[in-house]
Order: sequence, then structure tokens, then C-alpha cells
Amino acid sequence: MAELLIKNGFVYDPLNGINGERMDIAVKDGKIVEKVKGRGKKVIDASGMIVMPGGVDIHSHIAGAKVNAGRMLRPEDHFKDVEAKTDKTRSGVGHSIPSTFTTGYRYAKMGYTTVMDPAMPPLKARHTHEELNDTPIIDKGSYPLLGDCWFVLEFLKKGMIKECAAYVAWTMEATRGYVIKLVNPGGLEAWGFGRNVRNIDDVVLNFDISPREIIQGLCKVNQLLHMPHTIHVHTNNLGKPGNYVTTLETMKCVEHLANNGNPVIHVTHCQFSAFKGDDWRTFESGAEEIAKYVNTHSHVTTDMGQVVFTDTTTMTADGPFQYILYQLSHNKWVNSDVETETSTGIVPFRYKRSSFVHATQWSIGLELALLIEDPWKIYMTTDHPNAAPFIYYPKIVSWLMSRAAREKLLKKMNKRAVHKSLLPTIDREYTFNELAIATRAGQAKALGLKNKGHLGVGADADIAIYNINPQTVDPSKKYKLIRKAFKHAAYTIKDGQIAVKDGEIVRSVQGKTFWVKVKASRSLREIVPKLKEAFEDYYTVQYENYIVPEHYLAVSSPVQVKAEV
Amino acid sequence: MEAECITPDAFAGKDSKEIADLKLWEGNQQRSLGELFDVEGEGADNPKDLSIQIFGDVHKVRRIGASMSSGEIIIHRDAGLHMGEEMKGGKITVSGNADSWTGAMMKNGTIEIKGSAGDYVGAAYRGSIKGMRGGTIIIHGNAGNELGCFMRKGLIKVYGNVGQFAGMHMKNGTIMVLGNSQGRDGAEMTGGKIVIGGNVPAILPTFTFDSIKQKVKTNGEDVAGPFYLFVGDQTEQGDGKLYVSQTSNPNLKFYERYL
Repeated sequence: MAELLIKNGFVYDPLNGINGERMDIAVKDGKIVEKVKGRGKKVIDASGMIVMPGGVDIHSHIAGAKVNAGRMLRPEDHFKDVEAKTDKTRSGVGHSIPSTFTTGYRYAKMGYTTVMDPAMPPLKARHTHEELNDTPIIDKGSYPLLGDCWFVLEFLKKGMIKECAAYVAWTMEATRGYVIKLVNPGGLEAWGFGRNVRNIDDVVLNFDISPREIIQGLCKVNQLLHMPHTIHVHTNNLGKPGNYVTTLETMKCVEHLANNGNPVIHVTHCQFSAFKGDDWRTFESGAEEIAKYVNTHSHVTTDMGQVVFTDTTTMTADGPFQYILYQLSHNKWVNSDVETETSTGIVPFRYKRSSFVHATQWSIGLELALLIEDPWKIYMTTDHPNAAPFIYYPKIVSWLMSRAAREKLLKKMNKRAVHKSLLPTIDREYTFNELAIATRAGQAKALGLKNKGHLGVGADADIAIYNINPQTVDPSKKYKLIRKAFKHAAYTIKDGQIAVKDGEIVRSVQGKTFWVKVKASRSLREIVPKLKEAFEDYYTVQYENYIVPEHYLAVSSPVQVKAEV
Repeated sequence: MEAECITPDAFAGKDSKEIADLKLWEGNQQRSLGELFDVEGEGADNPKDLSIQIFGDVHKVRRIGASMSSGEIIIHRDAGLHMGEEMKGGKITVSGNADSWTGAMMKNGTIEIKGSAGDYVGAAYRGSIKGMRGGTIIIHGNAGNELGCFMRKGLIKVYGNVGQFAGMHMKNGTIMVLGNSQGRDGAEMTGGKIVIGGNVPAILPTFTFDSIKQKVKTNGEDVAGPFYLFVGDQTEQGDGKLYVSQTSNPNLKFYERYL
């Protein structure tokens, strides 16, 4: 394979402590190496440009049954945004829910090389992987939804943590999943009967277990299995005024499980979980309280879920929350209950600057990102497509890096929301180094992807080069240049091959799919007969057909972990 | 053929040779306008001053006048699908018939069709709730199904008959039909006004009978009745007004019992 040398760029590699130093990066056989000697090497002159590891997105709904239902629900999202076929790329459509190929291309054009799909009903794993196989260039993974799964609830109720761990390990392999995902734990099971849970100590219908026990139980399972990432939690009461209390309780409930100051819980799209007030009229930001807690505790990581004012499609596994959104918007919607595992809801939504609630939500996301001091604890996401489609990341970059950019938008927003917002009092602006943490290094570290998010020797050669000179351009003032540069990467290099040049796809490569392979003692296999029995009783598919074989993945990349059981 | 390039906006500031070079798709082949049409005449810098006349048969040419903002297009024979979609201003006149999706999602301007039109005139495209948002469509012949679907503003006037579901999902604006309707008018409408001068086989059961009106005011002019006034669609808690001629509809006489 060809050798590559990226010369003279300003390198931002926070995991290796490199902060804007001018240096060369050498690539051989898809990996970063000390140096390259070969005469046939290709040289990229990156002088006056920023070199960063390829972007990593910890939470973006890009594939699966739910995403596809969203595509079918919204033809109007597609006919306005059409990508024609080129020599190198396939055609595609979609603004908020782009088709698979377009998703891959658009991420790559922004310099992203790893994207995680955060909500896979285990039953729909096959479909999810089919779509991920068709998502080019980027590496990906998927998180099976386990917080409302009958097996998990039953094991946890009986206190059978080891058996639960065995089931989770089996699920990771059966669905080729990467992370334990909890969405409104307990609430989705109750939603099957038209109910919800009100707080983390409420009792889940038919199971006599509380969300607190589910979160703690799966957190322990996560530790037993030594999973690469922590549990990934979409909190109870998400999207309801006053829910910041629930969010804080969720963070506190696993405080005692923390060891060595390592994170044990990831509270995702935190913006939706940081609402204060009694109802929508008295709605306000709870970002200050959340930030205060996160700043003083090391066991929590979060991501933003930043709102951008645009037309988008909300889609979560949180059926009851989507029902509330449907009642608010009176838009068309899709709802489903996935057998014994989870539920789904999809509602098209438009965030408006003139709306007090939407403007406040916009403010909450940025307040969280700016008030949480350690960039290793909060990552940049939009919970694509819930708060905004991922193509708006460059705008969010500019808001994080420039107070002027924020203030310009504040002038055009709902006055009451601006009056209550904390943003005018916040001076902080992200540096390029902090940005590199929030958009790649931090996310890769949280995901436990050892070869991603940095440019050290041995790392995967996933590199993004942006045409902006940090010595001459002040991001605080020239935020429009920042937006432009981050919208179209000068180069995106995937596994040592140039995939994007000057914002255009020049080569479509196939990315890997990560999944967790748990190595455990034989006792874990003992639950299989029990599972087979349960499949006969409850499932519409046979046990044998449920499992996604490894050869089903276009490029399988198992991450081995050694369980404690 | 996809001819969204046939608009005064695209022609403005070009001479006939440059206009003949404009590209359009015929199936999967890209062609220039000059290959398919003889282009003659004088150009103008401002689209407002342009009048485009099409003499040939263009019933297979789609999207003529799409998104046009001003000026005029005159088609002397039949026009194709999607004519004047998302039109923002100006005028299109068709001497023959027009096809389906004429004036789909249009925002402003005028479309006049001397013949008949197909289905979904002034409607919203699939999935969208933004139908016609302004302007006027006048059809001297008949129109097909789902006329003015998701209409939000503006006027559609049909001198002939219409198919089923005229004014479906309508939110505001006016639809006036002088001929007969095949029924199910105003299904799921939440507002606006539909006037039908001819016969209607039945009114949807989700409309409530309100009263008999002697005349209706549409766009400033009075239309003499008498009309039965129905309000609905109650499945959407709608407040749409459906006026149906009393004299043409003896089959609806039983409603008078509820007065």
C-alpha cells in the first residue's frame, strides 16, 4: 500500500499532547508511522492548514429500522435535497435523514471518519448492519437497546447480575453491538401499556423494578464485562420541563460505582435532559446545575445534543417522549413497540428562532458545552437528526469558538429566551485544541477506540486536514472562515487513503464495523438453553435467525474484551 | 423531458443563441434547448419584460416555468406535468390542456388554462404540508382529483367539473368550482372555503350542516346562490366552509330537515 507524508501542518492531537505544533505526519499501510522512506510516497503539503485526527461522532442516528421508517415518513425531506451521481459517488437524497451513501459522503466531507449509531433494537440488528454496510468511508458501530429488554429486567429483578452480564455479552455478539444503551430505562416497557415512569424510583409495570435498579444493574454489568465504553444513557423524563432533577439523580445513582476516577456513565444529548421549570411557560435552563455537578465529579461524560434552527426529524426509541412531541407539534408521526425489547417514535419537527422554548433549548446546549470546564467531559453532537442534522456541525463549531457568532444569533432570537439565557454572561471560547477534544479525541477516548482520535504511531491513519491557518486567523472574529473550513475539509484521509480532497469525494472506501466480542468463562454460555426457551415463548423469530453472523458485516472489526465472569 | 430552464428568469440577459445552449434532460441524456426547439426572438435583461411563447406540442415536457418569479409564458398547445411548480410570480397561459401537478406548491403568480388540467392542481408534493401558498389558478375546462390539496392561500377557479377530494387537507384560501364534483370535497380540511356550483353526489359525514346562504363572497365578488353551507372536517376539528348549490343538488334536500 502507498506511503503518505503530510508535511508542515499545524497538528492538533490532544491525546498525545500536541497543540498546534508544526510537524509532519507519516502514514504507511493505513497506519501512522514514525517516518516513511519510500520514493513512491505521496506528499501532501499542509502548510498553513490544520491537521487533526479524523472526526468521531459518539451519537448519531444514521442507520436502522427507525431511521428508515423516518425516511419513508418524510418524502418532503428528500425531494429538496438531491445529490446526483458522480464518477466516484452514488446518488442520494435527504436533508435530515439522508440515504446511507449520502450519509457517509457528507460525514467524510466534514472530516469525520468514525460515527456511532446509538439506538439499535436488537431484533432489528440485521437491518441496521445492512444499512451500515452501505454507509461508505466512515467506520461505524451500533448500540443495542438493553434498558427495557425483558431478559435484562428479569435478571436484574432477581439480582442475577452475572446471568445478566452473560445475556448482555451474548447480545453484543448476536447483534454485533458495541455499547450498552439505555433509553428511558423502564419507561419504554411501560409504554407498551400506554404508560411511562415518572422518576428513577418509579416502579416499572409488570416487573417490579425501578429505573434506578436498571441503571445501576447495567452499570455493574458494564464493569464486569470490561466494555470499552460506559453505559450510554438517555435519561428518564427526557424532554420534559424540570427533568434536570432526574438527570442529576441518574448521575448520582452510579456515583458509588466509580473506580479510579474513570467515567462509568455517559449521559447523552444532555441538552434535552437539562430543562428546568414546572411547565413550558416557566421553562428555563438547568445547564448551570448539571455543569456544576459534572465539573465536580469524574464519573460522568456527556454530549451536547445541540439544537440548530432548522427543519428536522426527531427519532428516538423513547416512544412516550415522542408522543408528547406529537401532541405539541400535531405533525404526522410513527410509533411502534418492538416486541420484548424497546419502542420507537418519529415526529418531524422545526426548531424556530422565534419560539421561546426552542431558543432556550439552543442556549442550553451551548451553556452546557461552555460551563462544563473540562472538554474531555462534553462532546459535540446534535443527536442527529433529533436536534439538527449533522451537516450543521460547522455552525456549532463557530458558536463554540466565537462569542461574536453567538451574539449575532442571539440578536435575532426570541427576546424572552435571550433575557433568561446565560450565554451573554459567558466569555469562554473554545481553542482549536479544545475543539479537537470535543469533536474527536474525547469521543474516541470515551468509546475506548484505542486507534482512533489521535495521530500517535500505530493509530489508524484517519486524518482530517482543514484549510485554515491558526496563526493568522482568529476564530473568535473570523467565524465565517471557520465554518467554511470545517464544512469542506481540504483532505479527509481514511485508513491512509485520500477519500476527500477540497471538499469533494475522490475515493469511496469501505469502513469497518466495530463490535464487542466478550471473552468469558464457560458459565456465560449456560444461559443459551434458557434463551432458546424464551424465544419460543415470546419472539416472532427463531433463536437461530436472530443472530447476525459475522460474515454479514462488510468489514468486521471485533473489539476483544475479557470479562470478569 | 425536464425543462425547468424554460422560465423568464433563466432566459433573462441572454440572446437567442445563449438560450439555445441552456441544458435540459431528456430521459438520462443531457441535451440543449436548441437541439429540441427552434429558438427565435429578442432577449431582455429583466425577466419581467420577457414573454416566452411555445408553439409546439410540449405535453411531454415537464416543469415548464418552475420557480419562475416574473414575466410571462404562453403555451399554445398542451403542457406537461409539474408546470409552474413552486412558481413565485408572473403568468403562465396554456391554450390547450395541462397535466397533473400544475402549480404544485406555488407561492404567487397566475396560471390560466383554457383547456382541462390533471390531478393535484396547486397541491403539495408527497409528505409536505405546504400546498399552494398564494396566487391564482384558473381552469376553463375540467380538473382531476385532489385539487388544491394542502392549500394554504390563494384562489383556484374551475369552470368545468372536478374529480374527487377537491380541497383535501385545505387550510385556507378559496376553491371555486362551477361544474360538478365527484364528491368527498374538503376531506380533512381545517379552514378555507370551497364553493361548488354543480352537483355533488354526497357530503362527507364528518361535515355538519350549518345553514342556507343566498350568496357567497369569493375574492371580493358575490356569487349568487342559494347554497347549502357545511362546516368541517370534524375529524380534524376543522372550521372549513363548504358551499354547495341548492338548486343543482336536490339529492341533498334532506339536510333541510336539520335546520
